[in-house]
Amino acid sequence: MEFTSDQIKIMDSIIARYPRSRSAIMPLLHYVQAIDGYITPRGIEKISEKLDISTAEVTAVSTFYTQYRSEPAGEYHVGVCINTLCAVMGGDAIYDSLTDHLGIKNHETTKDGKVSIERIECNAACDYAPVVMVNWEFYDNQTPQSVKDLVDGARAGNPPAPTRGPKTLRTWKQNSEVLAGLNDGLANEGISAGEASLLGLKISKGGK
Amino acid sequence: MSKLTPVLSANWDEKDSFTIEGYKRNGGYKAVTKALAMEPDAVIQVIKDSGLRGRGGAGFPTGSKWGFIPQGDNKEHYLVVNADESEPGTCKDMPLLLANPHVLIEGIIIGSYAIRANHAFIYLRGEVVHVYRRVQQAIEDAYKAGLLGKNIGGKGFDLELTLHAGAGAYICGEETALLDSLEGFRGQPRLRPPFPAIAGLYAKPTVVNNVESIASVPSIINNGIEWFQAMGTEKSKGFTLYSLSGHVNNPGQFEAPLGITLRELLELAGGIRSGHKLKFWTPGGSSTPMFTDQHLDIALDYEGVSAAGSMLGTKALQIFDETTCVVRAALRWSEFYKHESCGKCTPCREGTWWLVQALHDLEDGKGTEADLTKLLDLCDNIAGRSFCALADGAVAPIMSSLKYFRDEYLEHQRNGGCPFDPIASTVFKTVGA
Repeated sequence: MEFTSDQIKIMDSIIARYPRSRSAIMPLLHYVQAIDGYITPRGIEKISEKLDISTAEVTAVSTFYTQYRSEPAGEYHVGVCINTLCAVMGGDAIYDSLTDHLGIKNHETTKDGKVSIERIECNAACDYAPVVMVNWEFYDNQTPQSVKDLVDGARAGNPPAPTRGPKTLRTWKQNSEVLAGLNDGLANEGISAGEASLLGLKISKGGK
Repeated sequence: MSKLTPVLSANWDEKDSFTIEGYKRNGGYKAVTKALAMEPDAVIQVIKDSGLRGRGGAGFPTGSKWGFIPQGDNKEHYLVVNADESEPGTCKDMPLLLANPHVLIEGIIIGSYAIRANHAFIYLRGEVVHVYRRVQQAIEDAYKAGLLGKNIGGKGFDLELTLHAGAGAYICGEETALLDSLEGFRGQPRLRPPFPAIAGLYAKPTVVNNVESIASVPSIINNGIEWFQAMGTEKSKGFTLYSLSGHVNNPGQFEAPLGITLRELLELAGGIRSGHKLKFWTPGGSSTPMFTDQHLDIALDYEGVSAAGSMLGTKALQIFDETTCVVRAALRWSEFYKHESCGKCTPCREGTWWLVQALHDLEDGKGTEADLTKLLDLCDNIAGRSFCALADGAVAPIMSSLKYFRDEYLEHQRNGGCPFDPIASTVFKTVGA
């Protein structure tokens, strides 16, 4: 199946952002994931054609970066931080209970295609440990139970909102489109900062 | 009176702090007007004289970095902001960009003007979609306001700003790997020299600065050198974001003068979680050798931490209490470095795998005292033998934990396994798994 002419136009606009076309390879790969859900052979071929580099070179780049998937992600891709601090604070227990609950392992997807899981590294939210990311949105201060509820809600089509993010959780493909640089207009949704981010500021203003 | 000095975080408690209106209401974009009325070299001189040093970990003087860009060379120059924040424990740049992306953009305009760059880039880690949205919207609004694009402020200065999402590779926080990644290649570090100031992005003179470093620039331009130097210590000037995480009652961000101590920060964070005591902590991410309760009064500035045998790094203070197994911590960090080694240099690519194997055995109680010697020998053959600092970071948790907790490693062998209950260290220890 060919990409549509609208999709090709978007690819061209991504390339136009850079002084040299090859720099567009990463947002183009994010864009392929936005359309196909993962890095497909047709996506690799199209990028190779657009950037005038070999498919081997495109594949070399796509396989280097963890976020580019060789298999479809679920509609809701759940990443449990298992780097040391989150692991110690409860990430390991969350991960274990989640795999039991869903009956799938790292990098697998539930049969209904709704939820995939991944053990992720530090996601720069350590003051909200244990942290879980869904479609790369922040879910702060999680527990085994809250994550079970989260994936159950997602499978029922009703996931809770991210802690620091838009009002409604978007799908994996929709969020991949954001990473390709397509503005979804949701920047103004959600809070400026969470409680932990504001702690020092509050104390400096005389609060506790 | 607290020692805190909120500058970058001063407006984070406002609902619209991330919008251009919210930023301007608090004096935003005044520094651009002031800087564009100065000669570019004079702007560089102000940043040099302020003593601002890189907030991304290495602490290199920001103004000197800008001064290294050759001028009058008829080449394009580039400013690249490193927003790849991925060092374990580090969580300052993401909340900053979520709450106040315009302060970074203002710093980028000033920095680009100073080094005479007409195209700047923000390399943002890919795993933070809402941060991407906020920065992207901020850039679009800055263009609309005439703060980016052609003839900024009617002063004849042109600047394009491109936001670029990474895709989950820790190594791209290393500046030359970041540049390779931005050029569209696998993100692997380059051999230096040449340094980016001579041959950076597309082999053109390039400055790579951390988010917090660039975001600190507008306040210095606005308030002056004396204001900035009134904070901090002799060689570590100014304010910075300290991030406390882990076993404290109230984890969070604390913007304070350089040189504050962990004892003071712990007081602000409500102390170690109730009923427990401090065991070990990192001063600036997992790549900085760990400290213990003997180090509570070290000045957390570049010199103080370095003199005590570690590095200030990203000021990511990860706090662990006595329920935490240090071998488990070192093993998990080692698994991270193994996963994130880019594979370019043999000592790092192969060595991190060996480290993980040895640590697994030790954590499982199958290691011996001889394995500790082997572990240190491996570390000796990894650190300093690769292109970049990832290899040095990989051995830091191991060597430092062995220095302070050697017997705990051996206790695993005597015990036939890890003597710690992992549930005891969780925040929901009564909830269970």
